[in-house]
Amino acid sequence: MSRHARLSLLTHAALIALVVVLAFPVYYALVTSTLSFREAYQYPPRLLPGTEFLSNLHEAWVRASFGRLFFNSTVISLVVAFVKIVLSLLAAFAYTHFRFRGAGFLFALSMITQMLPLPVRILPTYELMDAFHWIDTYYALTVPFFASTTGILLFRQFFLTVPRELSDAARVDGAGPMRYFWQILVPLSRTNIAALFVIEFIFMWSQYLWPLIVTNSADMRVVQIGLKMLIASEQIAPEWNVIMAGTVIAMVPPLVVLIALRRSFAQGIAMQSEK
Amino acid sequence: MTQERFPGHPFLPYLLVLPSIAVIVVFLIYPFAQSVWGSFFITSFFGDKKLFVGLENYLELFRSPDYLQSVVVTLYFSAFVVVLGLAASLGIALLLNQRIGGLGLYQIALVWTYSISPAVAGVIWALLFAPATGLIPWLVGRVVPGYTLNWMTNGSLALLVVSLAATWKMLGYNIVFFLAGLQNIPEELIDAARVDGAGPWLSFRYITLPMLSPTTTFLLFMNMLYAFFQVFGLIDIMTQGGPGDATNLLVYNLYRDAFIHLNSGRANAQSVIIFVVIAVAAMVQLRAATKKAVYAR
Repeated sequence: MSRHARLSLLTHAALIALVVVLAFPVYYALVTSTLSFREAYQYPPRLLPGTEFLSNLHEAWVRASFGRLFFNSTVISLVVAFVKIVLSLLAAFAYTHFRFRGAGFLFALSMITQMLPLPVRILPTYELMDAFHWIDTYYALTVPFFASTTGILLFRQFFLTVPRELSDAARVDGAGPMRYFWQILVPLSRTNIAALFVIEFIFMWSQYLWPLIVTNSADMRVVQIGLKMLIASEQIAPEWNVIMAGTVIAMVPPLVVLIALRRSFAQGIAMQSEK
Repeated sequence: MTQERFPGHPFLPYLLVLPSIAVIVVFLIYPFAQSVWGSFFITSFFGDKKLFVGLENYLELFRSPDYLQSVVVTLYFSAFVVVLGLAASLGIALLLNQRIGGLGLYQIALVWTYSISPAVAGVIWALLFAPATGLIPWLVGRVVPGYTLNWMTNGSLALLVVSLAATWKMLGYNIVFFLAGLQNIPEELIDAARVDGAGPWLSFRYITLPMLSPTTTFLLFMNMLYAFFQVFGLIDIMTQGGPGDATNLLVYNLYRDAFIHLNSGRANAQSVIIFVVIAVAAMVQLRAATKKAVYAR
């Protein structure tokens, strides 16, 4: 065997080992979600799936009213991802296609989002929700998340690479700026839009602290909080089989989004790292 | 300088940025200003009066052993997550970047964990380490007979377990960005170095690392934000700051003071302290990014 072939064989072996090790915790969680309560406490621990998956899923679904939580998480993740994309597209369009007084200042203001994550303003933001009577509503779960530094930067960088001839041609043909934006610029940004959608959907689906404090009725909870309720509802020994079934429910949607859009996602990230 | 591509629309750009700016001002800047303002007050016992106390909330925090303990725990935790996490992901990304077959398959097989939320990661690792019944304590019991691994009673062990869980969860994200950064390095550069007789280590040290520095500084910052804030769900699910205060990160301490102990002045002061740390890190990141990027060219 040549030195090169040996080296590449070694690389494959290392990568396969890494894939297995990194995926193992999730595999173990999946196995546990298919066991009966008794099997989940069996010694030595079981590493092969059982047959109780559907009944565990049902139990978790009913116990934490996952149907409603699932709906809430899906709605807020879709809404926030969608609005963030639109607002970022509009702002990036302004910063790249127009010269206007105060543009530098406003751009700096847009960049500040990254430096003001929730914990540095948590109590007053909560009080603001209270003043708006937004506690326990979809407004509180979505509106404060609408600004996105990542989105503006991503689209700005892309718009700067779009040749000027394109907008000039549109102008000569009598198209106004907004027509050019919707009919040419936005369709051209498909890859970046998909990449941002993946990032923002996963980001929103994972939110925990904010939903925990601004919702208090069972109807407005989200999936992540449902997990906590599943764990906390146990009296003596945790029912790991049911908890893991709930965990599977919480894992599926963002995973589906990531896998379905993986190409655009990878391309979008690659574009962003080009400096 | 931005080119004017559509002259004759003086108001349009303002309309376009208005929604973003409005959200930022109302939900970010205004509440943050209130955090700063509120940090100079204490609320009376019945919550009906506010009393100006100057810097007293801050002084009290820095005199409190609990808060200082929380600072130490956060430093340990974030150093672990950032340093170990970035080193491991860079290693994996370098492996992926060898010219091998099946790259797309490996990529998705290593990156999919990016979609896992901190809370889910917390639940899964709590299962793996469940005292007396979990897989890892069982394995440890087999290897070291008579030793019971219980992270719910052992503070430093608990801190280690939450650090591992948090690092594991972030690997997928870091690998995506490192791999993208690596693939942007022109192959000619590495080839030229090889022709000049540079071994793998030298070309890594003097070409790959400097060329990668914009990605690395970006990831340093994002991982720091993650270790400081986004792990809240993981901590709340796994340990709720315990045992004792062994995993009581700053963000968890802040949550307790703001929403459980209802000590608003103290909570706002903690928010402001956290902001100062992030602002400094953001400046450092920005300077490092611009400086090194120029050097790399």
